[in-house]
Amino acid sequence: MFFWSNKKNDFDVATDETAEANLFNNRMKIAIIAVLIMVVALIINLYTIQIIQFRSFEKRSNNNRIKIIPISPPRGLIFDRNGQILADNKPIYEIELIPENLNPDVPLKDSLLKLRELLNLNIDDKDIENIIERVRFSKKFKSISVASKLTEDQIAVFSVNQYNFKGFSIEPKLKRFYPFADTVTHALGYVSRINQKDQEMLEAHGNAENYAATQDMGKLGVEKYYEDILHGKVGYKEVEVDSIGRVVQTLKMVQPVPGKDISLTIDIRLQQKAQELLGTNKGAILMLDPRNGEILAFASNPTYDPNMFVRGILNKEYQELLNNPERPLINRVSQGGYSPASTIKPIMSVMGLNEGIFTAKTRFFGGPHYSLPGSTHKFRDWRKWGHGWMDVFRAIEISCDTFFYDLAFKSGIDNIHKYMSLFGFGQPSGIDLFEESLANLPSKEWKKNKYHQVWVPGDTVPIGIGQGYWTTTLLQLVRAHAILTQHGRNIIPHLARDYADLNKEEFLIRNPKQKYKKPEETAVKVKSSSYFDIGMRGMYLVVNGPEGTGRKAFAGTKYVAAGKSGTAQIINIKQDQRYNAAAIKKEHRDNALFVAFAPYENPVAVVGILLENVGGGSRFAAPIARQMLDEYLINLGYLEKELPSAEKEKK
Amino acid sequence: MRKKVIEILSNLHLDFSLCIGIFALMGLNFVILYSASGENPDVMQQQIVRSIFAIIIMMVMAYLPPRVYKKWAPFGYVLCTVLLLCVLLFGHVGKGAERWLNLGIVRFQPSELLKIVMPIAIAAFFAKGKLPAKLLSCFVALILIAIPVVLIIMQPDLGTAILISISGCFIIYLAGLNWYLILSGTLIFALYAPIHWFFFMYDYQKQRILTFLNPESDPLNKGYNIIQSKIAIGSGGMWGKGWLNGTQSHLQFLPERHTDFIFAVFCEEFGFVGFLVLLAIYMYIILRCVYISMNAQTNFQRLLSGSLTLTFFCYVFINTGMVSGLLPVVGVPLPLISYGGTSLITLTAAFGIIMSIHTHHKRNNY
Repeated sequence: MFFWSNKKNDFDVATDETAEANLFNNRMKIAIIAVLIMVVALIINLYTIQIIQFRSFEKRSNNNRIKIIPISPPRGLIFDRNGQILADNKPIYEIELIPENLNPDVPLKDSLLKLRELLNLNIDDKDIENIIERVRFSKKFKSISVASKLTEDQIAVFSVNQYNFKGFSIEPKLKRFYPFADTVTHALGYVSRINQKDQEMLEAHGNAENYAATQDMGKLGVEKYYEDILHGKVGYKEVEVDSIGRVVQTLKMVQPVPGKDISLTIDIRLQQKAQELLGTNKGAILMLDPRNGEILAFASNPTYDPNMFVRGILNKEYQELLNNPERPLINRVSQGGYSPASTIKPIMSVMGLNEGIFTAKTRFFGGPHYSLPGSTHKFRDWRKWGHGWMDVFRAIEISCDTFFYDLAFKSGIDNIHKYMSLFGFGQPSGIDLFEESLANLPSKEWKKNKYHQVWVPGDTVPIGIGQGYWTTTLLQLVRAHAILTQHGRNIIPHLARDYADLNKEEFLIRNPKQKYKKPEETAVKVKSSSYFDIGMRGMYLVVNGPEGTGRKAFAGTKYVAAGKSGTAQIINIKQDQRYNAAAIKKEHRDNALFVAFAPYENPVAVVGILLENVGGGSRFAAPIARQMLDEYLINLGYLEKELPSAEKEKK
Repeated sequence: MRKKVIEILSNLHLDFSLCIGIFALMGLNFVILYSASGENPDVMQQQIVRSIFAIIIMMVMAYLPPRVYKKWAPFGYVLCTVLLLCVLLFGHVGKGAERWLNLGIVRFQPSELLKIVMPIAIAAFFAKGKLPAKLLSCFVALILIAIPVVLIIMQPDLGTAILISISGCFIIYLAGLNWYLILSGTLIFALYAPIHWFFFMYDYQKQRILTFLNPESDPLNKGYNIIQSKIAIGSGGMWGKGWLNGTQSHLQFLPERHTDFIFAVFCEEFGFVGFLVLLAIYMYIILRCVYISMNAQTNFQRLLSGSLTLTFFCYVFINTGMVSGLLPVVGVPLPLISYGGTSLITLTAAFGIIMSIHTHHKRNNY
């Protein structure tokens, strides 16, 4: 081994060995110098980071482990007037995902499909697409619900397999639950997921922070109108977390301020009765206390279950609601526009009296029809042979059309518009709902704008019996009668019991367009308040008089009621035709209306009934009005409880 | 009795000075790994088993005389190259790179084996001639280095490729390559780098370099690792946050904290002082190895031990440099501290060879 080269002698070998060792050692020494230089560089680097920049990194380290997690406030509950819960918060378990915590190496779709298979989730491919879409467009740190209402088995299975689903977690949630399902939908509304548009709206109003942890918000009805009150104020949790987002410990907690509970003026028993009475009819029932405007029942039929919207309505279900020919989504109390028909007559009388067109003693001959001077067009009375001589009381009692044709013609549309506006037609009622349409109280101006035509006297005549261009909502109609019973005092129908408090000036921004009169103001000022009494007397006779159209329906009541029927034509009947319900299509049949109040002397309830396409108001709507009043005053014991002595006398 | 023990120990061919340094590092390894793994007993158990296995490997390697390595060097080189080809053809894909060869029972990385085989082969190649090496031999050596390195780059595993080519190049340097050639080689490399960048680098490798140049530019994705590790190190300060108290690691802000980024955990918990202690142990081992190589008896032994020593330093420098933001992030573990069996065994094998070089020459007398 020593003599591995035989060319050299011993000395040469030894010299070469030394030379080679020296060469190597020199190279090694140079390398060591390089090593030392690098070590110094390393030390300087570490010194810079750990000693010189220590403060800055320490601060960043502290920031790093502290995360602010918003806590959603529990939403205020909604009760009926007797404390029955209408909108509850139910604890449920939900699988959600936080986009920023997802494993970037696993496609989200694979995870979702795996999850669906594992837990046997009831979501279809379209729903998975929707979740992926939402992940793409929402904030990275905001949780997105994958599936809710997990069973205990599903929770157990997920917990065991959670390590396979990074970024997914099971969270206990409070979800809105409406125990009465479809009974109160149109008044109560519902909450549903905050969507892109809501988010933009929240950001525009500077509310986004308050909703940082909130998933649902009010989308309809009271839930929407009082969103700011029901929602509460977001809380925060300062937590130490790891980079997966798991909370290690809570450092500081700012509790959320829960949303305020709201009690509604609705009596759920009356509401249920109203829905029951509507049955399969399209229509609406509105009952309120005329003394204060509290709405006791607010029913619109057909209705639907708002819980669908809370859990996330499926596309199919929503299409069904949208395309349903009976249009369940329409709020028939405050959004549906209908001809008020004869129910308007007592109110028109007030105008006639105040304008001096007639007095309580004026006699009028009601023939079979009415014609304008110099015209051959016949405005028919509902009774082919007319009614003969009458005063205003009898005109209301028998619902004489020609009397009111004459009144309308003599008042003129401008006066009608003026008076009916005072009674709230075509005006915002002030109700605490956004779903209110103003319907149409026609005027000369309106016709000019709409049809580019001049208003002619022929347009005015049918207005006198609540037909023609005139449409109202049931809400406006009932409110007008409430104002009548209160002798012109303004009535604001409302659903929240603390309406006055909840709708102080600062809250009126809720609906800036809605400029309604304050409750303390007088709505209708007339020369003598006896004019209202005359209108009410007419309504008394409708129910109690010998010829009253509502006398059959109200026979034998234990209280004194008053009311007015209305039958609104949907199609024009030609001059030489008779209306024949059996001969025309169901959707062209008359709408039945009835407005009633009781007790006559001191009204505590005004109820309005509207039934679409059934026929005459006194035949179809009046019995329902009576049952509503019976339910409230007798069955629920209101009369005995609140008015022990006043109304013992029967007619 | 005592004599007998000493005799047995000396027959083991271990270098006790080096052993002290290695065991010190292994002890530190257990301490910091316990913290970095989130006090995971499974990880600890596995690491202890691996460490014992690694020590046995070291003893075996130390027991074999250097001539065995020299003799088997060409065979080892060819075998490794073939295995690398196999990896490319049938390899197991892990984290986007094919590095593993699944042999049924064990999965292993031929590229790790090459970290030992490459310096042995190149040292054996130069040992056939005289030093300083001739230009032609240097050129042939470069080709011998390049073949497996290209295969490793194709896997792709840039970190390992760099380390292996470095270990080979160290031998060429130590064999006395002309300084002018070294300079011009450096120049060529500098010119080649952009070409490599544009034609041969994967996006994730490019990204690492881009992120290295400005980690703050992309704090949540590509720069995340380096920012988090700098925060960990920096917030350790002079004395550190204390064992098991590193928030960066325990709150899992720090990625790969028990493997490549374990140095950050160490600096966070033990501070600048801890770093200096760790560095001192490394320098102690390196200087002991330098001493061994400078006292080696043959060119093969000199070149081999010298290359292994300098490569070991490169491991330390590249890992600490990348974790502290001095170098780009390449997947190089911190020797003897990072969790992982393969790198541990490779290193102890290398130390075994160095010990063999030191403990066999007295007896054999060349």
